[in-house]
Amino acid sequence: MSPQEVLDHTDRLRRSLGVDFRDRMVTSLYEESRRIAARAVRRHGESRWDFDQRIDRLVTSPAWGLPLMLLLLALVFWITIVGANYPSQWIARLLFSIESAGAGLFEAIGLPWWVTGLIWHGVWRSLAWVVSVMLPPMAIFFPLFTILEDLGYLPRVAFNLDWLFHKAGAHGKQALSMAMGFGCNAAGVISTRIIDSPRERLIAILTNNFVPCNGRFPTLIMLGTLFVGAAFPPALASVAAAGSVVAVVLIGAGFTLFVSWLLARTVLRGQASAFTLELPPYRRPSVLRILYTSLIDRTAFVLFRAAVISAPAGALIWTLGNIHASGASLAQHVAQFLDPFGRALGLDGVILLAYIIAIPANEIVVPTMLMVYTGAGMMTEAGSLEQVRAILVDARGWSLLTAVCLMLFSLLHNPCGTTIATIWKETRSARWTALGALMPLALAFLVTFLVASAARWLA
Amino acid sequence: MPGRDCAGCPAGGRLRPLGERRANFDYLVALAGNPNTGKSSIFNALTGLRQHVGNWPGKTVTRAEGGFSYGGVSFKLVDLPGTYSLLSASEDEEIARNFILFGRPDCTVVVMDATALERNLNLALQIIEITDKVVLCVNLMDEAARKGLEVDVGALARELGVPAVPTVARTKAGLAELVAIVGGVCRGEIPCRPKRPAVDGKLEEAVAQLVPMIEALAPGLPNARWVAFRLLDGDHRLRQALLAGELARLVSEQRAPAERGGRLLAIEGAQ
Repeated sequence: MSPQEVLDHTDRLRRSLGVDFRDRMVTSLYEESRRIAARAVRRHGESRWDFDQRIDRLVTSPAWGLPLMLLLLALVFWITIVGANYPSQWIARLLFSIESAGAGLFEAIGLPWWVTGLIWHGVWRSLAWVVSVMLPPMAIFFPLFTILEDLGYLPRVAFNLDWLFHKAGAHGKQALSMAMGFGCNAAGVISTRIIDSPRERLIAILTNNFVPCNGRFPTLIMLGTLFVGAAFPPALASVAAAGSVVAVVLIGAGFTLFVSWLLARTVLRGQASAFTLELPPYRRPSVLRILYTSLIDRTAFVLFRAAVISAPAGALIWTLGNIHASGASLAQHVAQFLDPFGRALGLDGVILLAYIIAIPANEIVVPTMLMVYTGAGMMTEAGSLEQVRAILVDARGWSLLTAVCLMLFSLLHNPCGTTIATIWKETRSARWTALGALMPLALAFLVTFLVASAARWLA
Repeated sequence: MPGRDCAGCPAGGRLRPLGERRANFDYLVALAGNPNTGKSSIFNALTGLRQHVGNWPGKTVTRAEGGFSYGGVSFKLVDLPGTYSLLSASEDEEIARNFILFGRPDCTVVVMDATALERNLNLALQIIEITDKVVLCVNLMDEAARKGLEVDVGALARELGVPAVPTVARTKAGLAELVAIVGGVCRGEIPCRPKRPAVDGKLEEAVAQLVPMIEALAPGLPNARWVAFRLLDGDHRLRQALLAGELARLVSEQRAPAERGGRLLAIEGAQ
């Protein structure tokens, strides 16, 4: 018998069973479950249950749910910004003093200048920037995020945001894949597997990039601290900086919804599907597990990846900065070439160069920028944020507009190489992968161009 | 290292996590269950691996594999994505269902949330339809107690006809017993006689007609009866799988007996 014949026979049999056959099967399954559960479970009163529900009523209430969520988000960023500032400076000072010492040692034993330069001012300095800019904020942000995850807060977020996604024609579980995107967009793309409908899953995959991953957070936090925070009196600086990061995240969420809406009305047309989402009980987070998950699985993993990519990138930048042709280094030539384009977006040529070098991993954008700015061998003492600010503002003419445009560009631009590869793995489609990579990039160009033009026109 | 040798277990020292070492194993064990019931916690506790755990349903989207040994017998453990049922066709359910159906685990552990037994039973009942060798792991017993729920695990075992073990994955309570019983089921020492709800005569007749036809199309299919149920129910994916000859391929793709290497030897070692 061929498969088709078997199926035809099945269909005949099904018709003979009556139309409500499936319902009968499912109903009997549920009845059996209820019967067995009634035999096996006895209830003694409801102690903890009430408490959980009372919290849920507040956390998921239409009036308080969203404000509470924003407050929590702001609190997490504020703690991260306040806590990361000093450790960043200590680490930077330590690592840069090692650079000076190492370079000094190399010179003393008479190694050629380019060996010293390539290793200490190229590879080492780039690693030093990556570690000092990224490690402290991640080591604070990830444990906080993991506590919220372990408590059981994430599904509540999805519950609170469901109506928004529904309106956009997307799936409410997209909020969960977005939450994973905070850690890493590639992980966020994989986690869209919890969405059953292929259409809604594609929407979630294509828009995950608009959640700033931790590779981009340090950039946002640094810019928020240096430019937004600094514009306020010292007492308010950290609050303002945290507020600016929250604002960027909200803009990202806005773009997620907008692009989802756009996709749901154009290439991925369809109705939002209904689903059930279990709100798990609140559980006391286990300290050891949180530390392990957040510091080893997340922080160390991301830092290692960044370090692996930043080392050759550092060597590349140093080389570009030290090969001179007609009076300027190659890096300067490229940056100069990109400059008019960068200016139109409110950025400059160096920033665009940094983004091109950082395509494999967004983590190294800031270090790359600083490497190009600080050039060959000078400014090894650029340890504290104040000195970074001096480099950017005084020497390079950055303005608040540059910072805002860079924050927007960082939020919107194309996903990193790993995420693009993951989109390909999950969709197996060159078309969706290309859209997932190019659509955000186009959007980033468009938005920064509009913002920069508007600001210049107003000024 | 804390937890490495399962120091807190009554059987102290006999459970040995093998991490991802998986070249040779004697038995294959699947971990199934509803989302957020602590499957990954149990997986981590047994294998010593650090599969990401988080308090939200849907955390495990791929299947994770690891190993542990107990009493000289080695087990490969596969952590399946959490699902509420095996009746729909989302990707995670398909991964779970294909593995239970075609992966031929020697034992399938159904991890259940003691605080929501009724909902968890839906899946357990579906799994005992597919395979006999099932052990119920009633997890989160501590949370159930806090909520004032008393779960009679013995009654559960009697009702379903398969062994049931109460556990608290977080403190590793009950895991040694779980492993001992899983070992017994794998070796066939502990009998599993699942009590499947009776179906009405007409349906039974239809299934009886279909089973030989399906077995002819996919020789060696472990549970043609369940496939017959699903086909009668109009399961779209299974229909397609049958048409494309995928069913037969899935069956033949599963590990050949030779690959399971050293099974006999291991049983001797285990006594």
